[in-house]
Amino acid sequence: MSTITTDTWNVLTRELRPVLRDPFSLIFSLVQPLVFLGLFGPLLVATSGQPAAATLQSFVPGILVMIALFGTGTTGSNLLYEMQTGSHERTLVAPISRSSLLVGRALKEMVPIMVQACIIALVTIPFGFSVNPIGLALGLVLLALFGLGFGALSYSLALASRNNDWMFWGIQQATLFPLMILSGMLLPLEHAPQWMQVAAAFNPISYVVAAERALLSGDLASMTVVWGFVAAAVLAVIGLSVGIRAMKKAA
Amino acid sequence: MTTDTIITARGLTKTFTVRKAVVEAVTDLDLDVQRGELVAFLGPNGAGKSTSLRMLTTLLPPTSGTATVVGHDIARDPAGVRRRIGYIGQGTSAGHNQRVRDELLSQGAFYGMGRRAAATRADELLESLDLAPLATRKVLGLSGGQKRRLDIALGLIHSPELLFLDEPSTGLDPQSRANLWQHILDLRREHGTTIFVTTHFLEEADLFAERVLVMDHGRMIADDTAGNLKTTLAGDVITLGFASEADARAAAARAGGTAAGSSLSLTVDHGELVLPRLLRELDSVTSATLRQPTLDDVFLALTGRSLREDAATSKEEINA
Ligand SMILES: Nc1ncnc2c1ncn2[C@@H]1O[C@H](COP(=O)(O)OP(=O)(O)OP(=O)(O)O)[C@@H](O)[C@H]1O
Ligand SMILES: [Mg+2]
Repeated sequence: MSTITTDTWNVLTRELRPVLRDPFSLIFSLVQPLVFLGLFGPLLVATSGQPAAATLQSFVPGILVMIALFGTGTTGSNLLYEMQTGSHERTLVAPISRSSLLVGRALKEMVPIMVQACIIALVTIPFGFSVNPIGLALGLVLLALFGLGFGALSYSLALASRNNDWMFWGIQQATLFPLMILSGMLLPLEHAPQWMQVAAAFNPISYVVAAERALLSGDLASMTVVWGFVAAAVLAVIGLSVGIRAMKKAA
Repeated sequence: MTTDTIITARGLTKTFTVRKAVVEAVTDLDLDVQRGELVAFLGPNGAGKSTSLRMLTTLLPPTSGTATVVGHDIARDPAGVRRRIGYIGQGTSAGHNQRVRDELLSQGAFYGMGRRAAATRADELLESLDLAPLATRKVLGLSGGQKRRLDIALGLIHSPELLFLDEPSTGLDPQSRANLWQHILDLRREHGTTIFVTTHFLEEADLFAERVLVMDHGRMIADDTAGNLKTTLAGDVITLGFASEADARAAAARAGGTAAGSSLSLTVDHGELVLPRLLRELDSVTSATLRQPTLDDVFLALTGRSLREDAATSKEEINA
C-alpha cells in the first residue's frame, strides 16, 4: 500500500473505533428519522389520499436520504471540537498526509449511514413498504457516496470556521433545512411554486432522492438512477477537493 | 554549528494579524540545541513559547526566518521533521470520543508502527503512566490530570529522538509531576532523547534542565544554565535585622546595601561566604537570613517584572 492509502486507512480506523465500541450510538441517532416516520408519515398518508403502502414507497427513501443529510451535515462539529481541544493538532504533527486526514474522516461517514439506512428500510417493511433487495443494496451505495461528499463539505465548513464556531452552526442551520425541503425529500414538489421547482433542479440532493425512490422500488435501469449517481459523484468530487484544500490550508 | 546540532533556528519570526492589528508573537529567534540536551523554555503568558514550538514542529509556517530540525528544513521538508519528532501540545491530544487504549493504538499506526509493536508499547506506557485501569475508558470522562498523562503517553509512543513538550506538567498533582519528570529523565538516559520543554514551574527548570531559555514579548532574553543565570543576573540576598533603625543605618554605612526600617538587605555573590564575615564585622546584628536566588529573581533582574506576578496579571486581563 502506498503511504497515502495507509494513512487514509489509519485515519479511517481511528474514526471507526468509537462507532465499533459503541454500536448502539447508531441506533440512538435514529430518533430523528423515526420521529419523522412516525409523526410525519401518517399525516402524509392522510393528506395524499393514497393507500399507506404507496405513500411509504416514496416517503421511506426520502427518510433514508435525510439520515445521510443530517448525519453527515453535522459531522464537521466533531472536527471543530478536536481543533479546539488539540487532538487535531496532534494528528497534524504526526507523519501522515494532510489529505488522508480529510479523506479518512469522510470515508468513515459511509459506515453509519449504511447501517442506519438499512435498519430503517427493514423496520418499515412490516408497515407495507416493499423493497427490492438489489435496489436496496445499490441504494445504500448511493447514500454512502452522497454521505462521503456531503461529509467532506461539512468538514470543510468546520475547517473554515475554526476561529469562530458560530459560523459553522449558522451556515449549517441555514443550509440543511432548505436543502432538505428543496429536494422533495418529505413533501413532493410537484405542486410547489415554479421558483421552488427551479431551485430543486439545482439541488443535487433532489436527484439523489429521486434515484433512491427508483432504486428501492426496483426500477433499477432508469435514467433517474444514473442521474442520482452522477449528482452524488459530482458532490463527492467537489466535497473531497474542497475538503483536501481546506485541510492543507488550515495546517 | 556542529553536526550534532539537532535544532538550528535563524531569525525565526511569527506575526499574526488580528483585526488589522499586528501581533508580534516571536521576533528573530536564533537557537542552537545540541543532541541530547534538556532545554527548558520559560516566559510569562503570551511570551511566544507555544508559537516558537509550533513553528519548530511544522504546525505554523514562520513569517520569516529558517529552521532545521533533526536535519530537515521545517519549510521545505516538514514531513521529514514530523517523522522524527514527538510533540505534546498545550491542549488535550486525545479525541474526546475515543477510548484511552484505542487512541494509543491509532497514534502508533500514525507513526508507522506495526499492530503488535504499537499494542506492546501502548500497554507499557499505560502501565508506567498509571493509566492501565483506564485503558477502556472514554477520554471525555477522564480527569484533567489523567488526560494530561494520556497526552504524554501519546507523545512518547514512537520513542522520538527529539521531544517537544508544551507545559506538560500543568494540571498535574505533585506525584504525577514527579512521575512525568521521571519518564522524561529515563527517556533521555536510555535513548539520549533531546528534550525541549516549556514550563511555568521554575523549580522544574531549575532541577532538571541544564539549559534555560527565557522569552519575553516574543524575544529571547536569556540563554544559559540555571546556575549561571542566577549568579550573573540575580545574586544571593542577605537580610540582617537590628535592634533599631539607627543601628541598621550605621551598618549600611559600613557594609553597603539598603536599609529599610530596622533591617538591611544586601545582594551579593557567594552569600554563604559573605554572611559569616558580616556577622563578625557588625556586632549589633540580631537576626540574619540568606536567600539564594530563584529563576524568578533572574526574570525580575532581566525584565523588572516577576514571572509569577506577570502570569497573574495577564490572567486578570483575560478575565476582564
Ligand atoms: N493563532 C493566533 N492568532 C493570533 N494571535 C496569536 C495566535 N497564536 C498566538 N497568538 C498571540 O501570540 C502571542 C504569543 O502566544 P503564545 O501562545 O506563543 O504564548 P505562550 O508563551 O505560549 O503563552 P502561555 O504561557 O500562555 O502558553 C500572544 O500574544 C498570542 O495572543
Ligand atoms: Mg503556550
